[in-house]
Amino acid sequence: MDTMIATDGLTKVFGAKTVVDNVNLTVHRGEVLGFLGPNGAGKSTTMKMVTGFLRPTAGRAAICGHDVLDAPIAAKRHLGYLPEGAPLYPDMTPRGFLNFIASIRGIAGAEKQRRVDEAVARTQLESVLAQPIETLSKGFKRRVGLAQALLHDPDVLILDEPTDGLDPNQKHEVRKLIREIAPTKAIVISTHILEEVEAVCSRAVVIAEGRVIADDTPAGLVARSPRHGAVTLTVAQPQAETVKTALSALPGVGAIEQGKANGKGVRLTAFAKPGNDLATAIAERAAAEHWPVSDLQTERGNLDEVFRRLTQPQQREAA
Amino acid sequence: MGHIATIFRREFAGYFATPVAFIFIIIFLALAGSFTFYMGYFLERGSADLQTFFLFHPWLYLLLIPAISMRLWAEERKQGTIELFLTLPISLAQAVVGKFLAAWAFVGLALALTFPMWITVNVLGQPDNGVILAGYLGSLLMAGAYLAIGSCLSALTKNQVIAFVLTITACFLFTAGGSSAVLGLVQGWAPEAVVTMVQSLSFMTHFQNIAKGVIDLRDAVYFVAVIAAWLAANVLIVDLKKAD
Repeated sequence: MDTMIATDGLTKVFGAKTVVDNVNLTVHRGEVLGFLGPNGAGKSTTMKMVTGFLRPTAGRAAICGHDVLDAPIAAKRHLGYLPEGAPLYPDMTPRGFLNFIASIRGIAGAEKQRRVDEAVARTQLESVLAQPIETLSKGFKRRVGLAQALLHDPDVLILDEPTDGLDPNQKHEVRKLIREIAPTKAIVISTHILEEVEAVCSRAVVIAEGRVIADDTPAGLVARSPRHGAVTLTVAQPQAETVKTALSALPGVGAIEQGKANGKGVRLTAFAKPGNDLATAIAERAAAEHWPVSDLQTERGNLDEVFRRLTQPQQREAA
Repeated sequence: MGHIATIFRREFAGYFATPVAFIFIIIFLALAGSFTFYMGYFLERGSADLQTFFLFHPWLYLLLIPAISMRLWAEERKQGTIELFLTLPISLAQAVVGKFLAAWAFVGLALALTFPMWITVNVLGQPDNGVILAGYLGSLLMAGAYLAIGSCLSALTKNQVIAFVLTITACFLFTAGGSSAVLGLVQGWAPEAVVTMVQSLSFMTHFQNIAKGVIDLRDAVYFVAVIAAWLAANVLIVDLKKAD
């Protein structure tokens, strides 16, 4: 696999505050890396350093083998970047802006026309091409920023919150676009929309207080949830206590959580001890003992919960 | 060079995307004309030259050029577009020079539109057109120097008003350095060498030499050096302040 982005001990200190602390990341072609973290965790600062905009206090970053400080122009040729907030020149029209970007990127003539048209089609900007950017909605502005980043078909795409301000349809389109172009590129997207990570990313990196605290596949991250593999069943009220006792006696079952009773019965959740598959055992037992089970499901865990546990220090220490 | 030309085109067109260009040019022409006729007694002097026209250019630029230069970098920083701009495959020097040249060309256009003055003086008498051409070239060089100061100082802040005030102050020092008021202050106590240095740093002294038709290479070199020095400082300041 080609290494497209490499950072080595990337660190940024503002005054007395270490905003990014020794970040080492390698991103290969074909990977879509979701960069997660609470606001202020250092996501944007890391991206600004990887793109060569911000000089790191220590460490290095390279794009396609070009150090962003020693060979900035070579590195930036391979890079498409959507900065935080998608800044654009408000007086320009999207067409004028994209033509400018194409010229700066050394694309001329018929090729320029073709590339601009392609980027416009991919981001569905046809209807606003001649309108000043300042008059566009947030969603269109974001897409102009995306079109600009995609224009030269870069090897590396760094997108800081690419779907912020888009409606659900537009989000879907952008995610589809990212999946389409992913195989030939290395893509980093920062986001705090966790469903987006599961939808488009092949890898999720969680950063908190400037440090990488998890680097895993989205599925691997979900599996860290205590709820992962837990089995929830709803049993009729009278037998709830019997079932609960039987469940806790099963091998592999950790804690049992009892929900409130509702019309259908009582919800019981049996948490799995790591590495145990409870669903089959519980289903067989329920059938054998004729438990009055009206509903049985295996939980896959919840990324939000994992995210909170990882990024909130007090919870991290407790875990 | 290609990058500078691309940046130049975008920036130059930018002046005409809003009413800024038209307002600037109209005010520039109105002020240039009224200074010449009312304060310079252009007609009453009965002399076929543009001395009185050029005489007021330093003051005209002092007032109007900071209004052009203040947005050059402050606006990029405020809008956040600087992050987009400086992550394109261009060098910082290309970015600074491209923006500067566009602003200079714009002021040059405003200056060129004073051509009716030249026509007037040629209709009324037989001026020395060589001297007039020298005056225009000197004025353009001086405008470049004011702009370079303004471009550099606009990189210090996100706030255009601050950039404007800083630039007016710095430009005033460079303009008035050669005036008798400032020189008088220095002359009383400082050694002759210091007085000469203060005087030699003034835009006024160098510009008036050129505008009188005394084309001394040193005066032209002076303005070019001032432009180069301020733009070099501009590159450093953009690099230091871009991410603040």
